[in-house]
Amino acid sequence: MLNTSPALEFKSSTFFAPILILYTHDMVAIEQTLQEKINLAPEFFRDSPLIIDLRELNKLNQDLDFVQITQLLRRIGFFPVGIRGGNEQQNKQARTLSIPIDTVREQGNPITIGEAQKQEAVPEVTTAKESISPIAAPPQSPVAATLITQPIRSGQRIYASGDLIILSQVSAGAEIMAEGNIHVYNTLRGRALAGVHGNTAARIFCFDLQAELISIAGDYKTSEDLNKQTYKNPVQIYLQNHALIIKEIA
Amino acid sequence: MARIIVVTSGKGGVGKTTTSAAIAMGLAKAGHKTAVIDFDVGLRNLDLILGCERRVVYDFINVINGEASLNQALIRDKNCNLLYILPASQTRDKDALTEEGVGRVLDELSKDFEYIVCDSPAGIEKGANLALYFADDAFVVTNPEVSSVRDSDRMLGILSSKSRRAERNEDPIKEYLLLTRYDADRVKSGEMLSLEDVQEILSLELLGIIPESKSVLSASNAGIPVILDEKSEAGQAYADVVARYLGEKRPHRFIDAKHGFLRRLFGGRK
Ligand SMILES: Nc1ncnc2c1ncn2[C@@H]1O[C@H](COP(=O)(O)OP(=O)(O)O)[C@@H](O)[C@H]1O
Ligand SMILES: [Mg+2]
Repeated sequence: MLNTSPALEFKSSTFFAPILILYTHDMVAIEQTLQEKINLAPEFFRDSPLIIDLRELNKLNQDLDFVQITQLLRRIGFFPVGIRGGNEQQNKQARTLSIPIDTVREQGNPITIGEAQKQEAVPEVTTAKESISPIAAPPQSPVAATLITQPIRSGQRIYASGDLIILSQVSAGAEIMAEGNIHVYNTLRGRALAGVHGNTAARIFCFDLQAELISIAGDYKTSEDLNKQTYKNPVQIYLQNHALIIKEIA
Repeated sequence: MARIIVVTSGKGGVGKTTTSAAIAMGLAKAGHKTAVIDFDVGLRNLDLILGCERRVVYDFINVINGEASLNQALIRDKNCNLLYILPASQTRDKDALTEEGVGRVLDELSKDFEYIVCDSPAGIEKGANLALYFADDAFVVTNPEVSSVRDSDRMLGILSSKSRRAERNEDPIKEYLLLTRYDADRVKSGEMLSLEDVQEILSLELLGIIPESKSVLSASNAGIPVILDEKSEAGQAYADVVARYLGEKRPHRFIDAKHGFLRRLFGGRK
């Protein structure tokens, strides 16, 4: 058979995956902390690929069975797709599990989620979105804000890697997330999560607060906890001493 | 090129099929060659409402599978010769509906029809998604109650993200609200949501309010779309909807309870 089109082609591309930095080898603590994160943004984490970063752990000389952590992550719905900073034994285990080994490039430290939850002696799990690329990553340029003019309906999810500006309503059952600030110049009825990578300076602004959940850098309040006084009013929401402050905009 | 209209809602029993039959008839009566397609595989009832159930030989899935031509399967309406019905299969399983197959049938219909009305099944599964995938306009049929409004909102999300227009980055589907089974008395007593309540959540262009009306059931029993019952409020409301869709400006009716003393006393409702 004559066939002129090629069977395949290689293209270079970037693939985004969160990085999971482990600070403990305590499986129970890891699972509990992860479950808390998942509960906060279930849609965001569902079936998410994940890179396991063991640099910090190995600095502390805590031994970790890579097979065991991989099994745990898969069980709670992640797809481990890479290991970095593993020791010889861990890399060997990764290879038998067909998980690629990423050589660590020195980059700025990823930011922690939930600064507020950080306490001494509590194991900490960190995630950060970073690109894995076969070529050296280009220098980070500031991310432009994402502007949305259409309504965000129930069941829809929006993720912005910078600020998120929404001119229309956000329905109950919708979820909006930004690594930076969130502005909603309309009614906010769904879930809004700002500073999702741990930026505690991120803020949420909205015209009419009726949200199901608001969160900044992992600290959150559900509609139950929202003050009746600010309900249905224009507000700004920010973190102060690890507490979410909701303040009416006069 | 035909304009493709999907009549959708998420929730079942809100009046999609009643609406599909009425507006398809209305468009045809206005002189536009119109086809109406039943996407509710396994639960077909559009042909019942249009009174052509005994003339069904081939169906939508036969055409998709190449077992019959479009001309063989299309049924010409007995009241209006510009209206054609493509019935759903009652027996075949839903997997026979494919994006490629539906696209092919719509393309062929587009060649000599002006409007194609797609009567969507309930739910947010494959059948409903395929009914809306190719649409240019969406009639979102909603009843004045919380669960129906929620489901419509969900459907609107799918319309704006999972349609061909969305995937191709074209102009979005034009979305219209049709508030049906609206009972002004029950709205007034607070049992049902008001138009304002619904619009606060959906904020869509309102194409019309269809009052709850006994004439809908009698029309469907008789196999004649209610829009042909010019004396009934529901029929008039659907006529308004079609006129507004075609660009005419008409004030909205049937919003307020205005029943006289005797009507209220005897509880009669037309
Ligand atoms: N405006 C109305 N007034 C009274 N009954 C209605 C009205 N609209 C629909 N119905 C009734 O509601 C039921 C469901 O309508 P149907 O059009 O089949 O809904 P769907 O296609 O959304 O499931 C039918 O029994 C129909 O007669
Ligand atoms: Mg139906």
